[in-house]
Amino acid sequence: MDLSPIWLSLKLASITTLVLLLIGLPVAYWLSKGKSVIKIIIEALITMPLVLPPSVLGFYLLLAFSPQHGIGKWLHQIFDIQFVFSFEGLIVASIIYSMPFMISPIKSALQQLPLSLSQASYTLGKTERQTFIKVLLPNIRTSVLTAIVLTFAHTLGEFGVVLMIGGNIPNVTRVASIAVYDSVENLDYAAANTYSLILFSITFVMVVAVFVFNKYKAKSPLE
Amino acid sequence: MIRIDIEKKLKSYQGELTLKVDTQIPMGGITQVFGESGAGKTTFLKIIAGLIAPDRGVIIVNNDMWVDILSKISISIQNRKIGFVFQNYALFPNMTVQQHLEYATEDKEWIKKLLAIGKLETFTTHKPEHLSGGQQQRLAILRAMATKPQLLLMDEPFSALDPKMKTELINELKQLWDEGGTSVIIVSHNPNELDGIARNLLEIKTT
Repeated sequence: MDLSPIWLSLKLASITTLVLLLIGLPVAYWLSKGKSVIKIIIEALITMPLVLPPSVLGFYLLLAFSPQHGIGKWLHQIFDIQFVFSFEGLIVASIIYSMPFMISPIKSALQQLPLSLSQASYTLGKTERQTFIKVLLPNIRTSVLTAIVLTFAHTLGEFGVVLMIGGNIPNVTRVASIAVYDSVENLDYAAANTYSLILFSITFVMVVAVFVFNKYKAKSPLE
Repeated sequence: MIRIDIEKKLKSYQGELTLKVDTQIPMGGITQVFGESGAGKTTFLKIIAGLIAPDRGVIIVNNDMWVDILSKISISIQNRKIGFVFQNYALFPNMTVQQHLEYATEDKEWIKKLLAIGKLETFTTHKPEHLSGGQQQRLAILRAMATKPQLLLMDEPFSALDPKMKTELINELKQLWDEGGTSVIIVSHNPNELDGIARNLLEIKTT
């Protein structure tokens, strides 16, 4: 039994979640503060992967990363980076695909905090950064945890985008969800069942853990 | 001397109202701000603190220009070095009583003194959700005083205290304010609440 697709999926989900956490916290904070046309447009773009068919997103990313055109050509010529059919490409695609799962819960939680909390911190002489780290972030930690778990679980289960960008290269882009599809195509139902069961177990345990941690108040990604 | 000449449009169920204040408040001592509900008392305090910008006007504190809308001057909240007691207390749910004060100051002796004044020495490890309304209000006052501000702005700061606790606390606080030369502006809907303590009275009205 080849378990490399499971490890590859876990590696992809871990890196994507870590990168998205670093990007997501400041972006969610920025989006939570006031409204502007730019913010509405950026928020809509971030939310698009929730409503777009993954194959559509994958198709455009495939075009964008193609070494024959535009950004992909530029990246290939200047930095010798090729995102199509590579693990790095899967990471970039996963970051875009899972972004709303990280940003939406954190943004909503920040907006629900009373404005007077940050105001009180400012009157104590604290900067915006100190206030975010010491006051705002600790008070939305359950939402941050929810966002982390949802992002991880969602990345673990993605299929369409991964297939379009990465294909099915063993040890490089053949993640667990692709391995399930591939096994079924080859009529190897036993292998498909094993991969599926492992994926199901991991995601189920994670979601249950979030519910327990949040005292049965886990938030939906769109709240 | 604090020179305040500001205007701010407020939205209310009666339509648009204008808060207009043109006054001078001497430094040191207590000034009580009173007025009807919805008159803009809280907005007035927040304008002085820098939490809300006025539409027009100037605020000059001890010859320092804090706000001049015409010249686009507005110094940051942090640089005004004020203390602010919020009407809803605005306590940090993640911090204990001790952590609230340590967040504001590193002066351990000062923290001890404040805890004694607020009668919160035995509650240092409690988070706000485990404090009574009166204890929460006292903590909000102590936190605002922890930075030893020269100007302390308090929005209905004694509303949740019983009369005995209120008298004791005000007497102790007044002693500290007198020693430190702190100027205090207290908003209260009851004009007689600080009888014999407030040096100045300021009525806030909207038109």
